Amino acid sequence: MRSLFKLAVFAALIAGAPAALAQGNETSRIAVEQPWARATPAGAQTGVVYMTLNNKTNDADRLVAVSSDVAALVQVHEMAVVDGVMQMRQLTDGLPIPAGASVTLKPGSFHVMLIGLKRPLMPGETFPLTLTFAKAGNISVAIPVQAMGAMKDGKGSADHTGGMGNGGTGNMGMK
Amino acid sequence: MRARDWILMAICGLTGSVAAAAGVFYAVSFGWVGHNATAVSIGGPFTLVDDAGATVSEKTLAGKPYAIYFGYTFCPDICPTTLLDMSRWIKKLGPDAEKLNYVFVSIDPERDTPKLMHTYLSSFDPHIRGFTGTPEQVAKIAKEYRVYYKKIPTDDGGYVMDHSVVIYLMNANDKFVTIVPYQEDDASVLAKLKNLAAVTPTS
Repeated sequence: MRSLFKLAVFAALIAGAPAALAQGNETSRIAVEQPWARATPAGAQTGVVYMTLNNKTNDADRLVAVSSDVAALVQVHEMAVVDGVMQMRQLTDGLPIPAGASVTLKPGSFHVMLIGLKRPLMPGETFPLTLTFAKAGNISVAIPVQAMGAMKDGKGSADHTGGMGNGGTGNMGMK
Repeated sequence: MRARDWILMAICGLTGSVAAAAGVFYAVSFGWVGHNATAVSIGGPFTLVDDAGATVSEKTLAGKPYAIYFGYTFCPDICPTTLLDMSRWIKKLGPDAEKLNYVFVSIDPERDTPKLMHTYLSSFDPHIRGFTGTPEQVAKIAKEYRVYYKKIPTDDGGYVMDHSVVIYLMNANDKFVTIVPYQEDDASVLAKLKNLAAVTPTS
């Protein structure tokens, strides 16, 4: 009888496995869209990762932690330039992702900051990053590395021709 | 005095230091300071260490106009972007590039050793020189250039830096000419740099 119970548990685990594997794709509560990182200068101790987080549920969620094997530590920051002063703040309570809304991490705004890089990030490579949400749980994504001057996903150098806005505080108020 | 007034006063007090820095920034950006820089003095004598480990001062830059930017290598976004912008401008200047000096001064001397500055700058145009120093030396030049910087702790026991993101353009006699504000478009910056390069030293 006891072994039959074990078998039932085992079968349940097998059945549950596909759901767990599906995290990060279209069946996930949060879609991670256009993730990218910038290649880092020689000797740099830090790097940045940007992406759009699309909450497809009716529940507000929160990005509470991030980890990656390329860095000793990963934090979520908000950056803004106010009156010519760059201000960077760690979001110690995480980054809120409102119900049904998208939050974009981009240059001059929110970013995932890699601290204590174990190796430089080279253009063209990808590295794994795990995002932990309060409700959606863990989502692992492969992050492609763009050129050092990249300002958005996929596209090359930052030839400032005035199209980038003024580096505001992102599309959400800071908590 | 009503509660609202007290709150307003508290807010004014808290933002005072930032406002002082911002005041200079606006005075400069709106041209109140102008080319003579009589109202606000920017720049002055300094002693720092370059990325080769040599002692440098304002005399090291004498004879050529220069572009000077303050940042730190731990900075993940704006500093590498600005140094990359500067590298692109240098390339676009062509032969005129040689008429100017380009300096990146660390406002994080605790982490930015000359060796790290040298390694970091190897990713950018070789014209850009890295200056760092003791915390006191850096505080002195930052004060002279009206550069605001402040250590902001993170929960891992580390820190990031808030800092001014303005590039100052100085003439060959160490006098302030104008600024390049954050995210100015390339055409406008190149016009400023060409003007700067065209100025003949007067003494």
